[in-house]
Amino acid sequence: MSTLKEAIAQGKPMRELTMAQAVREALAEEMRRDPTVFVMGEDVAEAGTPFKVLLGLVDEFGTSRVIDTPISEPGFAAIGVGAAMTGMRPVIDIMFGDFLTLTMDQMVNQAAKARYMSGGKFSVPIVFRTTMGATRRSAAQHSQSLHVWPSHVPGLKVVMPCTPYDAKGLLKTAIRDNNPVVYFEDKMNFTTKGMVPDEEYTIPFGVADIKRAGTDITLVATSSMVYVALGAADKLKELGISAEVIDPRTTFPLDKQTMIDSAKKTSRAIVIDEGYERYGVTAELASIIADGAFYYLDAPVKRMGAMDVPIPFSPALEDLTVPTAETVFQMAKMLCGRA
Amino acid sequence: MAADVNPLPVTESHQTNGDSPVDPEEWLHMYRQMFRIRAFEEEVNGLYTRAQMPGLAHLYIGEEAVAVGVCEALTKQDYITSTHRGHGHCLAKGAEPDRMFAELLGREAGYCRGKGGSMHIADQDGGNLGANAIVGAGTGIATGAAFSAKWRNSGQVAVTFFGEGALGQGLVYEVMNMASLWKLPVVYVCENNLYNEYTHYSQTTAGELRGRPAAFGIPVEEVNGQDVREVHTTARRLIEHARSGKGPAFLICNTYRYHGHHVGDINRAYYRSKEEEQMWSTQRDPLKMLASWLTDQHLADAGIFEQIETDARAEMKAAVDFAVKAPYPNASEVTDHVYA
Ligand SMILES: Cc1ncc(C[n+]2csc(CCOP(=O)(O)OP(=O)(O)O)c2C)c(N)n1
Repeated sequence: MSTLKEAIAQGKPMRELTMAQAVREALAEEMRRDPTVFVMGEDVAEAGTPFKVLLGLVDEFGTSRVIDTPISEPGFAAIGVGAAMTGMRPVIDIMFGDFLTLTMDQMVNQAAKARYMSGGKFSVPIVFRTTMGATRRSAAQHSQSLHVWPSHVPGLKVVMPCTPYDAKGLLKTAIRDNNPVVYFEDKMNFTTKGMVPDEEYTIPFGVADIKRAGTDITLVATSSMVYVALGAADKLKELGISAEVIDPRTTFPLDKQTMIDSAKKTSRAIVIDEGYERYGVTAELASIIADGAFYYLDAPVKRMGAMDVPIPFSPALEDLTVPTAETVFQMAKMLCGRA
Repeated sequence: MAADVNPLPVTESHQTNGDSPVDPEEWLHMYRQMFRIRAFEEEVNGLYTRAQMPGLAHLYIGEEAVAVGVCEALTKQDYITSTHRGHGHCLAKGAEPDRMFAELLGREAGYCRGKGGSMHIADQDGGNLGANAIVGAGTGIATGAAFSAKWRNSGQVAVTFFGEGALGQGLVYEVMNMASLWKLPVVYVCENNLYNEYTHYSQTTAGELRGRPAAFGIPVEEVNGQDVREVHTTARRLIEHARSGKGPAFLICNTYRYHGHHVGDINRAYYRSKEEEQMWSTQRDPLKMLASWLTDQHLADAGIFEQIETDARAEMKAAVDFAVKAPYPNASEVTDHVYA
């Protein structure tokens, strides 16, 4: 049951949840299951975070497990690392992905390396939950998608779900994982609705989900860019072009094979990701596809990321910086020789 | 329950009385521990200068009373975090010199299978959560370990050793604030050896050093870090304070490193004088100070000190011998332990 499609095929009873509800449910289930799991961050308890994702969690688990901290990202991230090394499973809430700048030492030099540097003695079972995604009119310091940073660092795992189903199953896996995991939620998807099974389930890392099957072009898209790609696929269909949309769901571990197989089948691929295009996730994924499907490709693998500019405030400008269904559609049309 | 990683230590009775008098035998034991650290570090110096040791080595010689005085007040289950100058803390917390040397030489028999080296040596079984080469970072991990100890009600205390240079790191203040708010059982041990690398701390530290923890309502004590008796009796009190649920404490130990910042720091005249170095090593040496007190009290004589010296040197020679002969890790290890 690693994808929603499988769960539906198995006839699992389901209900509709928002992504925020799915995240909350995953946390509550894991906290019930394992008393060493706790949540720590700014305004996580009674406020339930500024996005209200954790609303109600404190009522069940109390302030000793849903812990409000001072505004000290490096400090509470570090406390999380120390607690994880000594028997706990912290879920550290970093309100905005942009604040990863402040926690980088804890993630990169401490959490990611403690196991290796100790020759396998320590593990650091910690989850850093944070956000990504532009177009919320939040300007340059609250809009970035910096998931490529932890993706670059050996020792870390990186998750970026875009549906309630994926968000819940992957968060539960992240909490049970014995490694540090950075878990990104797109702010624009908190209210996105989708079906979630009534029964408990987890989703393994490193398994891509084919969000839409197709034959003429592969659109590999991450996080909210999956919706952009699906929008483009709808438009392409009107032209008789069948697009396959692949969501890797985790940038590490990464399901390379599903992307490569799809590109071999369609012979064309575009990689779409909301991080800066320069040296970004798109570069890594495109090179994997170019390498793995080289003899089957009819066109160069194209990359579409955020423009290499600080995210501007003005809506007129901000909307230009990220891929849209229209820009992906145009690119796909061109690759298919239909421009 | 989650898979069993980082197994939780079994809780023992931790009821030590911070005010009970120290048995004379224990002072002699501390002399032996300090001497072992010195002998260990002298071997490191030798290995390094003979080009047998790769990387960097920051010697603890001169500061032995701090690690020993504090660690002798801890149980095996208690946690410490250590620094780039961490060999002394590691030994004082109970690690074996043979596996330590093996680590310093990058051998598989080392505490971290040769993957950590001098600056990352850790001993999970002995409660040493690791040396850290990011100045100040150990304060965060120890505060987290204290958070975990309190949450698990395990009775453990966490001690974090750091140089006065770490007072330049914001992290230290963030975690002290939370430790005080949440009454975490952590003791911050500041080893003030006067220099942040090659810069006197007065050039980097505004105001009163002790005012910093005081601002968070954390009790502060300042001791002569060369006098192991003073370090130990004060540390016992502060550790007991933390263990009994009263919250964190801060211990300033005024001390001195006799050697360079690292072994290669030979010409030091531009930042400190030979006279200053000599004054500390002749008049404030922790081994000499304790030896003369033990002698005055008729608790030991020259014969005992000689025996301790002979034993420690033989132990360290054998440990080096073990490490030099120990095999390097297999090439296949390079990709092991990246992920659990
Ligand atoms: C965050 C960080 N900045 C700089 C360094 C480089 N560095 C290594 S040791 C050191 C001086 C540390 O001084 P102190 O904390 O007083 O410890 P001591 O070496 O005196 O024991 C510096 C600046 C580092 N390792 N980490």
